[in-house]
Amino acid sequence: MYHYDDFDQAFVAARVAQFRDQVARRLSGELTEEQFRPHRLMNGLYLQLHSYMLRVAVPYGTLNARQMRKLADIARAYDRGYGHFTTRQNIQYNWPALKHVPDILAELAAVEMHAIQTSGNCIRNVTADHFAGVAHDEIADPRPYAEILRQWSSLHPEFSFLPRKFKIAVNGAAHDRAVIQAHDIGLQIVRDEAGELGFTVYVGGGLGRSPFIGRKVREFLPERDLLGYVEAILRVYNLEGRRDNKFKARIKILLHEKTLETLKDEIEAEFAERDATLLDLPQSEVARVAAFFAPPALEPKKPGSDRVERRKGKDARFASFFAANVTAHKQPGYVVVTVSLKPIGAPPGDASADQMDAVADLAEDYSHDEIRVSHEQNLILPHVALDDLPAVYDRLASVGLATPNAGQISDIIACPGLDYCTLATARSIPVAERIAQKFGDGAKAKAVGPLKIKISGCINACGHHHVGHIGILGLERAGEETYQITLGGSGDETAAIGQIVGPGFSSENVVGAVETLVETYMGLRTSEAETFLDAFRRVGLAPFKEALYERSAGSDI
Amino acid sequence: MPDVITANRLADGVVVFQTADGAWSEDFNRATVCSDAVATKAALARAADDMTRNLVVDAYAFAVETRNGHVVPKALREAIRAAGPTVRRDLGKQAHGLAPHSGPAAFGEA
Repeated sequence: MYHYDDFDQAFVAARVAQFRDQVARRLSGELTEEQFRPHRLMNGLYLQLHSYMLRVAVPYGTLNARQMRKLADIARAYDRGYGHFTTRQNIQYNWPALKHVPDILAELAAVEMHAIQTSGNCIRNVTADHFAGVAHDEIADPRPYAEILRQWSSLHPEFSFLPRKFKIAVNGAAHDRAVIQAHDIGLQIVRDEAGELGFTVYVGGGLGRSPFIGRKVREFLPERDLLGYVEAILRVYNLEGRRDNKFKARIKILLHEKTLETLKDEIEAEFAERDATLLDLPQSEVARVAAFFAPPALEPKKPGSDRVERRKGKDARFASFFAANVTAHKQPGYVVVTVSLKPIGAPPGDASADQMDAVADLAEDYSHDEIRVSHEQNLILPHVALDDLPAVYDRLASVGLATPNAGQISDIIACPGLDYCTLATARSIPVAERIAQKFGDGAKAKAVGPLKIKISGCINACGHHHVGHIGILGLERAGEETYQITLGGSGDETAAIGQIVGPGFSSENVVGAVETLVETYMGLRTSEAETFLDAFRRVGLAPFKEALYERSAGSDI
Repeated sequence: MPDVITANRLADGVVVFQTADGAWSEDFNRATVCSDAVATKAALARAADDMTRNLVVDAYAFAVETRNGHVVPKALREAIRAAGPTVRRDLGKQAHGLAPHSGPAAFGEA
């Protein structure tokens, strides 16, 4: 993984010192809240429903054991013993005191971490496929490009006061695990006919109150043009994006208002004007950064494991874990283990300090000191030898982290919702907990098959509900929580925005509505191999609508 | 509509409520209730002074009502803010016995 050089370390240290001074001046009254707010936001510090909230960047979701232990230490020393992993592969602390935040940032800097640009109208943490470097369908590791973009965009003077926040994701495999088409810029690594590496570029994707799937602006962008082209997109957006209305300020609205063709022409014109000497990516620099992400030297192993097979034969729970949470590694004899942060009946994405320490230990002992955070709010141990899997499983189980539900109906993305968030209109987490309790992580969930439920507690869509196979949006109506359901959303390479199925449901009835949808799907699927999303794409909304509103009691709103 | 004035303490972000003597308490049950718009306006003016003095931030008034003989926040949002996350009863004010005596009907059903 990437390691800070002297420049990086000095850069982050200077930032900590600067924020320490800003906090001191705020506490002494020298700065007003209005003056201070943009500074704290640029350092990831929000004021939430109960307290301040600090969002720490985990660049492209990659971290090592030492960093994870530091996150655990911070949770214990400065927070309430836990952290919350987010859909931007970051971690949030829900209870820090302002006066302690400079010390927290200093602790983070000691392990090459920071909270820079995790908030504010700037380029946010660049995300990537959480299986980067290990996926067997990978064209190239997306993380070197994400790291180059991170360095280029950190405190970029031209792009620190954008009309609105700006999100970039990079995917390096054929299968899109990074939801790139729901980003302001989505970069898909491809090779052209000559075998040269480059990117298909999508612009203007985004969720929130006006959801859009990104539109392709370049079929093939050569690798060397990455920064020049991204700068051209940002420059057009920075100059022409709306600043009069924050709800219309994202690049997706600019694209919509200008049309794709006009925006493309403007980006290409800006790109043609670039200073190539400054922005063209030198091959040597790509190679230098890529070397940090070179795969670990994995000892050759035979593809199967008798030990694993024996355990599967006598332990059904382990067999379920193997089926759901274990993915093939590109090197035979190794696997990628998804550590589910979705125990049944608990808040999605939360991990206690002790659990973080346990994952750090496992990473050191079994995964070449590497951990990933997925946008689906789980953790990944990317390089586990198949023979070690029973030992890894047992240790995960001993700290409550062996829930065998990755990719299943109880592996739900949920935003913090009204339990923590000042913007929320309804709670998300309790709905996720109740759905998970309804379907569990056993035979019932397995019978349903792969199904992504995503829940947001307000129209800002932090829970990605628009791209959930079943999406749930919590709203408030006449003082009551109400939940609107969308169907058929998808965040992969077949990205789609879900369609609203009909009037919403009360908190009491929303779980029953999900159950009706699942039963309807299971009744009409052609075989167990036809997933919920495939079935929906075949039959459309009608059978689900009928089941929800005609055959059953219907909406109660 | 009767109101209570709330804010966050600047230095640690803790949610606080204005008391009868114009101070701030972490306990909703110690909050003073402004019975009409005139009282709310005066209380907000005091809160604005405290924001200027950098004691608290983001002060505002929210509606309360009487239920079972207790003053409680009317909106779910304020009930959760005055108690703590409904999904972690071990955290927030509720963990220290500082929650409102009873909340709106929807509160806690999770």
